[in-house]
Amino acid sequence: MSFMFTVSPDFTPDHLSGWYIFNTWLQKQTDLAIHLEMYNDFHSQRDAIQSDKIDLIYANPFDAAMLVREKGFQPLVKALGESDEAIIAVNAENDVEDVVHLPDGLKVAYTEDPDVHMMGMIMLEPGDFDASNITPVLSDTYVLVAKHLLKGEADAGIFLAEAYDDLSKMIKSQLRVLVRSQISVIHHSLMIGPNLLDKKDQIQEVLVSMTNDEKGKGVLTSLGFNDGWEKVENDEMEFMIDLMDTLTM
Amino acid sequence: MISDMKPEDIVGDYKEVILDLYQSISRKILYTEIETPYPDGKLIVSTTTPDGVITHVNQSFIEMSGFTEEELIGAPHSILRHPDMPPAAFQDLWDTVNKGDKWQGFVKNLRKDGGYYWVKATVIPNVRNGQVAGYTSVRRKPSRTKVDECIKLYPTLF
Repeated sequence: MSFMFTVSPDFTPDHLSGWYIFNTWLQKQTDLAIHLEMYNDFHSQRDAIQSDKIDLIYANPFDAAMLVREKGFQPLVKALGESDEAIIAVNAENDVEDVVHLPDGLKVAYTEDPDVHMMGMIMLEPGDFDASNITPVLSDTYVLVAKHLLKGEADAGIFLAEAYDDLSKMIKSQLRVLVRSQISVIHHSLMIGPNLLDKKDQIQEVLVSMTNDEKGKGVLTSLGFNDGWEKVENDEMEFMIDLMDTLTM
Repeated sequence: MISDMKPEDIVGDYKEVILDLYQSISRKILYTEIETPYPDGKLIVSTTTPDGVITHVNQSFIEMSGFTEEELIGAPHSILRHPDMPPAAFQDLWDTVNKGDKWQGFVKNLRKDGGYYWVKATVIPNVRNGQVAGYTSVRRKPSRTKVDECIKLYPTLF
């Protein structure tokens, strides 16, 4: 029997090959047949989850509630020291200092990345902005969010903080950060589905031990998780789900 | 436990009032007109038992409230109760979460130093194995327009 593994479509494109390397490594370590299926968007990935096709997922925090409460998934690990943070940025020539002073009919560029979009919209709330009074400028990537700002096609952009920090120096020099979130407790997690739950302890153990050998370290580097994985307890996941629940209101 | 506020903790000129909290407990409140602005990009997070006793606070909670973590854990959440907040708002909160629903509202919170800060608060019941194990409260930076509306509205609700 082959198990199906998938990764939240908001992964950094540079790490695509890293996930395939990780999957090969995981199969060797566990003696399980695992197929990695990458979906292009959240919609098609959620369809696959709903059809019970997925057994292992590196999940966006936005999907964690559905995975745990409707599909019986449990958390395994998260990248040590990593959390999802968002940034509101504007064109550097824009002299606005506070979201309160952004213009009515605000044009906001953002991606479909659901947790980053949610955090970004929360940071715009103090300026009385919400889904009903902004003009969305939907963008495929964070580089395109930046381009919309540079071309004046958007007044503000919502970025995953890590993606903003990875923009080229030249692009960043033409942008300015208005707000950076410091939430710390929202993060992606590797989660395991009901068909694999009897292997949970075994998989969790090999993952948290990855930094102990050279091969494992190399695989982590290809994922961009140099510090390795840390265990996520069920209670901790429940706490994050409750937190996300409060933020989607 | 919850104790009266102490003059030595207060920064600036203060007024004094006795506030009736839950279960006929009353508390001497010393409060000032000094507002601490809500920091950008942060969330204040806490969890409580079903009875409203604080079990967890994050760093932002500690910084904004002015209390230490040791002072907060085990204290009732009403340690933040400001005399300008109408009791009807908290009645609505408890009525809502006791039904298992989420509550959201704008709240003026009291600091240990007698000052205050406005938040947009969301409270949800933590349901574990079908039982309410406690509540999670998350506060974020409020819209100033909404705060100004509350400043006008709340005095009419006493």
